[in-house]
Amino acid sequence: MYAGNLKPGAIPVQTEAPVAMEERVQPLAGIAISTGGAADAVAATQPKIVVRNLNTYYGAKQALKGVSLEAPAHRVTALIGPSGCGKSTFLRTLNRMNDTIPGFRMEGQVLLDQEDIYAPNVDAVALRRRVGMVFQRPNPFPRSIYDNVAFGPRLHGLRKKADLDEVVEWSLRAANLWDEVKDRLRESAFSLSGGQQQRLCIARALAVQPEVLLMDEPASALDPTSTSRIEDLITYLKHDYTIVIVTHNMQQAARISDLTAFFLNGELIEAGPTSEIFTRPKEKRTEEYITGRFG
Amino acid sequence: MSRPLAVEQESAGRAPYPRPLPPPETGWRRWKDRLMIGLTGLAFLLALVPLAHILGYTLWRGLPTLNWDFFTQLPAPVGEPGGGIVQALVGTLLIVAMATAMGVPVGLLAGIYLAEFGRGRFATWLGFLSDVLTGIPSITVGIFAYTLIVVPMQTFSAFSGAVALAILMVPTVTRTTADMLRLVPVEMRDGALALGAPLWYAVLSVEMRQALPGIVTGIMLAVARVSGETAPLLFTAFGANVLVWNVFRPMATMTLQIFQYSISPWPTQQQLAWGAALVLIVLVLALNLGARALAKYMSRYNAGR
Amino acid sequence: MSRRGDLVFRVLTAFGGTLIFLVVVLMLLQMLEGSLPILGKAGLGFFAGATWDPVRSVFHALPSIWGTLVSSFIGLVIAVPFGLGVAIFLSQVAPRWLAGTASVAVELLAAIPSVIYGYWGIFVLAPLLRQVIEPGLAGALGWLPFFQGPAFGVGMLAAGLILSIMVLPTIAAISRDVLAAVPVEQRDAALALGATRWEAITGALLPYARTGLVGAVVLALGRAVGETMAVTMLIGNQPTLSLSLFSPAYSMASIIANEFTEATTVPHISALIAIGLILFVLGFLLNAGARLLVWQMDRRLGGERA
Repeated sequence: MYAGNLKPGAIPVQTEAPVAMEERVQPLAGIAISTGGAADAVAATQPKIVVRNLNTYYGAKQALKGVSLEAPAHRVTALIGPSGCGKSTFLRTLNRMNDTIPGFRMEGQVLLDQEDIYAPNVDAVALRRRVGMVFQRPNPFPRSIYDNVAFGPRLHGLRKKADLDEVVEWSLRAANLWDEVKDRLRESAFSLSGGQQQRLCIARALAVQPEVLLMDEPASALDPTSTSRIEDLITYLKHDYTIVIVTHNMQQAARISDLTAFFLNGELIEAGPTSEIFTRPKEKRTEEYITGRFG
Repeated sequence: MSRPLAVEQESAGRAPYPRPLPPPETGWRRWKDRLMIGLTGLAFLLALVPLAHILGYTLWRGLPTLNWDFFTQLPAPVGEPGGGIVQALVGTLLIVAMATAMGVPVGLLAGIYLAEFGRGRFATWLGFLSDVLTGIPSITVGIFAYTLIVVPMQTFSAFSGAVALAILMVPTVTRTTADMLRLVPVEMRDGALALGAPLWYAVLSVEMRQALPGIVTGIMLAVARVSGETAPLLFTAFGANVLVWNVFRPMATMTLQIFQYSISPWPTQQQLAWGAALVLIVLVLALNLGARALAKYMSRYNAGR
Repeated sequence: MSRRGDLVFRVLTAFGGTLIFLVVVLMLLQMLEGSLPILGKAGLGFFAGATWDPVRSVFHALPSIWGTLVSSFIGLVIAVPFGLGVAIFLSQVAPRWLAGTASVAVELLAAIPSVIYGYWGIFVLAPLLRQVIEPGLAGALGWLPFFQGPAFGVGMLAAGLILSIMVLPTIAAISRDVLAAVPVEQRDAALALGATRWEAITGALLPYARTGLVGAVVLALGRAVGETMAVTMLIGNQPTLSLSLFSPAYSMASIIANEFTEATTVPHISALIAIGLILFVLGFLLNAGARLLVWQMDRRLGGERA
């Protein structure tokens, strides 16, 4: 299903209801969270991403054990847990980035808009265009600011300069970077500060017009000021995108996410609305982690 | 913190995408991906063909030649079958041994200097120079040894050849010694210094012990390289058809022997050259593989590896 | 006591370093002195003339410079795409067990003595060229000046081909290291934008590694230019200036290897030493250039990590 030329959020409602998917999935859908609006109504009934009973392996080592989780549309879902708990692995299964790692194997189902993204007829390359990703360390290409943002659109067949100009400006505005770089688009991306580089990477991801944005500790390498700008940006972008973010910073998860999932040793311990996870966790281990008793 | 987003909210992100990208186009791009990735594999296979052929062909032509006589006899008179290249074997061993004895100490000293005192401009230049020297055309070193030694002594000699090879060894040994010493944690040396040991003792007894596997590997690779050198020996060691022990006389080496026989019309001589080529390949590859294995074995107790 | 020991230690190691300097300076001075007779007589004309005739004692460097340049060019034109392909395959495509084994093999092949490449070339490559490749080329592309004349087997083409085989492991090994040093996030960034594997390689990996890859090529050029034995055994050793790749030629290194011991007159020896001087300077510059490129790449990598 291609929704690139639609306004994000205006995803057609599936008429065929998914069959019996609710049993094994942690009940995240249907949580009422402020804002309201039509898009939210869709979100409330249609989880954008559904993961069922996911097991992943690197060679003989199992990284994820029977994880089931949903990420609703237009919400920020935060994955927390100590390092090595499998949260990044989980994130990378959502756009099939793990495919590039030799020895990687997975079982279970990952559905995007009810479609199994690991089905044999799904092209990982086409999938990644719908599911964008922002990495832990800013990783701009050694090119100009403009060419960094234009990289994706060019890849996908946008050639005309006027078109590219338009997309680049739009993406940089969406990433709240335009005003800072509009006069130096031809300068190297490395001339930017770390925080600017990360917002450039977000602009680069937005330029291919994805539906989902995966973020792997996007602010962990940044100073507090830059971090807060990225957090503002995430809160702002969730209106148009489904966001899944990995973070080791629990305050950050509490500040920006609507839903939180706590991972430990490759297992999903608990998931639910962020306010509940942080105030009344059901699991003892969750409580211990968020109160800082381990990890 | 500032919240500049509020201003932009209407104009940017919430606005529809300005320019829809063309629909995903899988055919051509995926096809091209497979083709090009496949071509890299093909390049790999094709690159192996001549290289594998050289090894296989040398083995095939050289193996029948290798017998007791080959290692113990002088070449048979022209046109007659049999004989060996004992003079070339002895010559290679002697010349390489002399080169190692001259080149390794100098390389070690320069390497230690670079690692321990290498902060000034002299050291920067020295490091740069020894790097650059590893790639200098070896025949020019032959000219140097010729004018430096052969001309004054008025004779080609194994000694002049060894000097040329030693010059080729020095930069490699210098570079690996310096690199390996720099990898040694500074705490190790400081630990010895704190016990009141002088610097030279700390470096030679503590640092060298940790760096030794890497340095020995580097030396073995340098030996392997010069064992296969021909060009710098052409007008220094020159070659000989008799067994020579006097290092101030012209002397044969296996490489010179192969070159000499390569223009020979006699199949028996060509045959000897194939034998020499095989021995040389085995020697060089054994030194290379041995260096790797030894480095692994010697560093098994070392920290941080 | 220990103070004196350390002073001796320092002086002794510095002496080792000084020796390296001394050798380089001495080499340069000696070759300058050795080439003075011919350069003093012919001046810059030494480089321009097309004749190399020991019998009439007329010596110009152009034929051998031409041979070195053309044979090295052929070698690189063939080896660079192959070497790069191999490097991409080993660093990005091949399964780990194969990449490990093959990488060791590639490095071992770079260690085979050049005289053996040359000997193999005489027995395998030259007959193949004479009987199959050169007649084929002449038939298909004979209207080009490069593929005309009798097929000897040995000649410019043979020298270029053996050089391509010899520098391929160098290019492949260094390029593989350079590509492996590119942060994996660069490739991942491209893949996450919906690039195919190949698009990620050409769009992210290669541009990032560009400086180091150019360094690898320059280093390979340095090796090709200085390569002596294999070229001497295959280039045909005639001081001709011909556009035809089938024609025998001379390279700077091979003319020295072939004639130095036989040269008896002062101009002849001096001309050969002058060619050696050019070779030395050229090799020095190429290696220095490659070194600087690799340094630059290291610095940039360091800067981006910070």
